[in-house]
Amino acid sequence: MDLNAPHSMGTTIIGVTYDGGVVLGADSRTSTGMYVANRASDKITQLTDNVYICRSGSAADSQIVSDYVRYFLHQHTIQLGQPATVKVAANLVRLLSYNNKNMLQTGMIVGGWDKYEGGKIYGIPLGGTILEQPFAIGGSGSSYLYGFFDQAWKEGMSKDEAEQLVVKAVSLAIARDGASGGVVRTVIINSDGVTRNFYPSDKLPLWHEELEPQNSLLDILSAASPEPMNI
Amino acid sequence: MASIGTGYDLSVTTFSPDGRVFQIEYAAKAVDNSGTVIGIKCKDGIVMGVEKLITSKMMLPGSNRRIHSVHRHSGMAVAGLAADGRQIVARAKAEAANYESTYGEPIPIKELTDRVASYVHLCTLYWWLRPFGCGVILGGYDRDGPQLYMIEPSGISYRYFGAAIGKGKQAAK
Repeated sequence: MDLNAPHSMGTTIIGVTYDGGVVLGADSRTSTGMYVANRASDKITQLTDNVYICRSGSAADSQIVSDYVRYFLHQHTIQLGQPATVKVAANLVRLLSYNNKNMLQTGMIVGGWDKYEGGKIYGIPLGGTILEQPFAIGGSGSSYLYGFFDQAWKEGMSKDEAEQLVVKAVSLAIARDGASGGVVRTVIINSDGVTRNFYPSDKLPLWHEELEPQNSLLDILSAASPEPMNI
Repeated sequence: MASIGTGYDLSVTTFSPDGRVFQIEYAAKAVDNSGTVIGIKCKDGIVMGVEKLITSKMMLPGSNRRIHSVHRHSGMAVAGLAADGRQIVARAKAEAANYESTYGEPIPIKELTDRVASYVHLCTLYWWLRPFGCGVILGGYDRDGPQLYMIEPSGISYRYFGAAIGKGKQAAK
């Protein structure tokens, strides 16, 4: 096992708009091949007070893009004299993604709130396309969520409905995707500000015959003997 | 007009003992002696007008335009040396296009004004450049509604409800 291999975030990332803002969600697994380099990563990164970005793909590439965009947005905010819009932030991300497409391997979701457009989500996949969407999913775990969102997404959800949808979706993806795991982090952005939430594994629902969490394997020893099997 | 400078007015990089830069003041004179330009900000837009000076009966009407479009949402009316004005308009167009291709949205009018004013001011900082001999009224409509700005040859810019430059500015005000 090569522990010096580039870190990749297999990942599941989600961004969803609701009536009044956006909810961003992500898993927390960073892998180096089959080894989990970080089981509690924070893939939702701040760009400005009102705009955040979900990162997937190469950890290094997504971090450097975020750093550059944060720097440019900071200068832009000073020149403009007011907070940057989500659209401008997303545009800066896609310019870097597109112009360096041969060297970068990272898909991102930019989400935030500004006073002109309200809550907005922009998906910026590999290659540097920019697409404004009512919701966006990304990362290796997102493959398992396309059908789920087709069925479960609806326009005009409340903040709590939207967050529950995001948490459920990330936890479904974690169950099926080996490269996603750990905890679920969410960030809610609206006119009142930013709220970060954290859902450890025991708070997440179990899917498809998963075992109940156990504190110790010794619990099995003290449990009752299993029923004899009948043929 | 008597010369008030006497030695301190030969270069834009020279201050006079009483703290004035005469070259910039002379540039402003060029603006004051030109055709009037007026701009008014209304609830739902901007209105700009220029005094058309017909220097020759042979001149085609519609030529020598002094109001220019800068971008889809903004325009500029120029008073003073027409050739200098053309340079400023070209710069404003370039700044607006550059902003939009970097940030993905039309340039806010305040930002456009800051950039054009910086450019005008730049030309007052070097001895090998002369200041622009024109004043500009910049009007536009962005996310924050209609806005009107005026940029003087010194590079200073202010936001206005109504502005006038040129020969008839006192009368206009």
